[in-house]
Amino acid sequence: MNEILQILSENARATPAEIAALLGRTEEEVAREIKELEDSGVIRKYITIIDWEKASESYVYAVIELKVALQRSTGYDSVAERIARFSEVQSVRLISGDHDLSVTVRGRSMKDVAFFVAEKIAPLEGVQSTCTHFILKSYKEHGVILTDRPKPKRLVITA
Amino acid sequence: MTLLREVHAWNAESHLSQTVRDLPPSGIRRFFDLVNEMDEAISLGVGEPDFVTPWHVREACIYSLESGYTSYTSNKGMPELREAIADFTKEQLGLDYDPTDQILVTTGVSEAVDLAFRATLNPGDEVIVPEPCYVAYVPDIILAGGVPRQIPTRIDDEFRVTPESIVPAITEKTKALVLSYPNNPTGAIMTRSDLESIADLVVEHDLLVISDEVYGMLTYSGTHASFAQLDGMYERTIILNGLSKSHAMTGWRIGYALGDPMLIGAMTKIHQYTMLCAPIMSQMAAIEALLHGEEEMLKMKHEYNLRRRLFVAGLNRIGLRCIEPQGAFYAFPSIAETGLSSEAFAERLLREQRVAVVPGNVFGQSGEGFLRCSYATSREELIEALDRIETFLDGL
Repeated sequence: MNEILQILSENARATPAEIAALLGRTEEEVAREIKELEDSGVIRKYITIIDWEKASESYVYAVIELKVALQRSTGYDSVAERIARFSEVQSVRLISGDHDLSVTVRGRSMKDVAFFVAEKIAPLEGVQSTCTHFILKSYKEHGVILTDRPKPKRLVITA
Repeated sequence: MTLLREVHAWNAESHLSQTVRDLPPSGIRRFFDLVNEMDEAISLGVGEPDFVTPWHVREACIYSLESGYTSYTSNKGMPELREAIADFTKEQLGLDYDPTDQILVTTGVSEAVDLAFRATLNPGDEVIVPEPCYVAYVPDIILAGGVPRQIPTRIDDEFRVTPESIVPAITEKTKALVLSYPNNPTGAIMTRSDLESIADLVVEHDLLVISDEVYGMLTYSGTHASFAQLDGMYERTIILNGLSKSHAMTGWRIGYALGDPMLIGAMTKIHQYTMLCAPIMSQMAAIEALLHGEEEMLKMKHEYNLRRRLFVAGLNRIGLRCIEPQGAFYAFPSIAETGLSSEAFAERLLREQRVAVVPGNVFGQSGEGFLRCSYATSREELIEALDRIETFLDGL
């Protein structure tokens, strides 16, 4: 795996100088490579993982499972891409199993989310059924555990 | 009437064994007490991973406890664990050890070190110990009735053992040579050709080699070379290894010894009259770690490697000469140019800048003029520690 990507995936704020120190390379080299990764679309965006609950910001999240009619020539892509354009939609994934698409939606209230699903998603041409699961609590997001526990202390000095 | 028991007051010291009384106290102890006085020091003094044991290993232990595994095991260790150790060793070193009589599971590598000396030394037998090294070899040799012969390794040889440094220490009574690579505290490794250069000497003087390879998995350039891999050296080597460092399992106390059935049998004899067996819950965890722990192990190694580059380049930048450590997770910079002793430097650094490091002389005389800095701590702390050390140097 590209070492620069690995470091940035853990900490998007790592500067080229910091990354260079970790990899034993020059800052200029690293900056150039990051620019190339951004320009080529490998790096899409730098984001922050926030525990909104802790920040006392109340968002409501739901996972919507959709059954979708397969479209001639575009398969699931055209419906999925339409859904992805709504700002309420956080993620859209094609999945295997009983449903075809899994969509994560964010709203200010359960009512918000319910209306959004009923008014925007369900009526879309090709969407055959929806099944909404509200998220009650997140324990882990993007590989980061969100539950806090005190760290066990280790000795300051040992052999 | 005076009672006899009033006249003869109890004197605990007079009941101590002379050997233990003469044993020098651990150099690290004094420093430990000092560090304990300080609040919130950044610690580069710890000889253990800063990672918690990977969850799948902890989970396997919890599951085994739930299932009721709380008993003694075979003295030699659970057969499944010995099988796993045999497979792991075959994969890593290409060496075959028979789980039935060539593998002993111990309570940490430190027990294995003690057993190796006690099982092989007669009173007066001499053991060559290259220094700087892990603090327990010399006391363990003395406790086993042996005589340690410390030999120095030098920064100009990148702290490798050379035939030239061994020869003057060999006498009629020399029985064994300790090799400990990758090395704590220097981070030095021995390449296969380095090991080859001393193999003839070992055969010529009929020495046993006690090879502590607990940091073997943490080798950053090339692959770890074991003395037992050399032609004809398999029989005369006892490999000591364990999961503490490679799998972040220090508190579990799982080590093991690999070698000739007769030597392992002798070590097992002492083990069964002392420890009896390693704790079963730790053994269950160790099986999981050896069978399925490679990915997590490599992730941790990768992170150490990043920190190693960051920290060692930083030390050299601020003026502390440091060879590039090729294994373990320690940097061993020279402080000779400051004119301070290791202890004085470490003590002042702690008091003035609140950075805890271990003075090099703790690991033997040839460690004087150096510091052991563990980079098994977060990157942020390493960067902060470098800043503080630089400030300290500027103020000298």
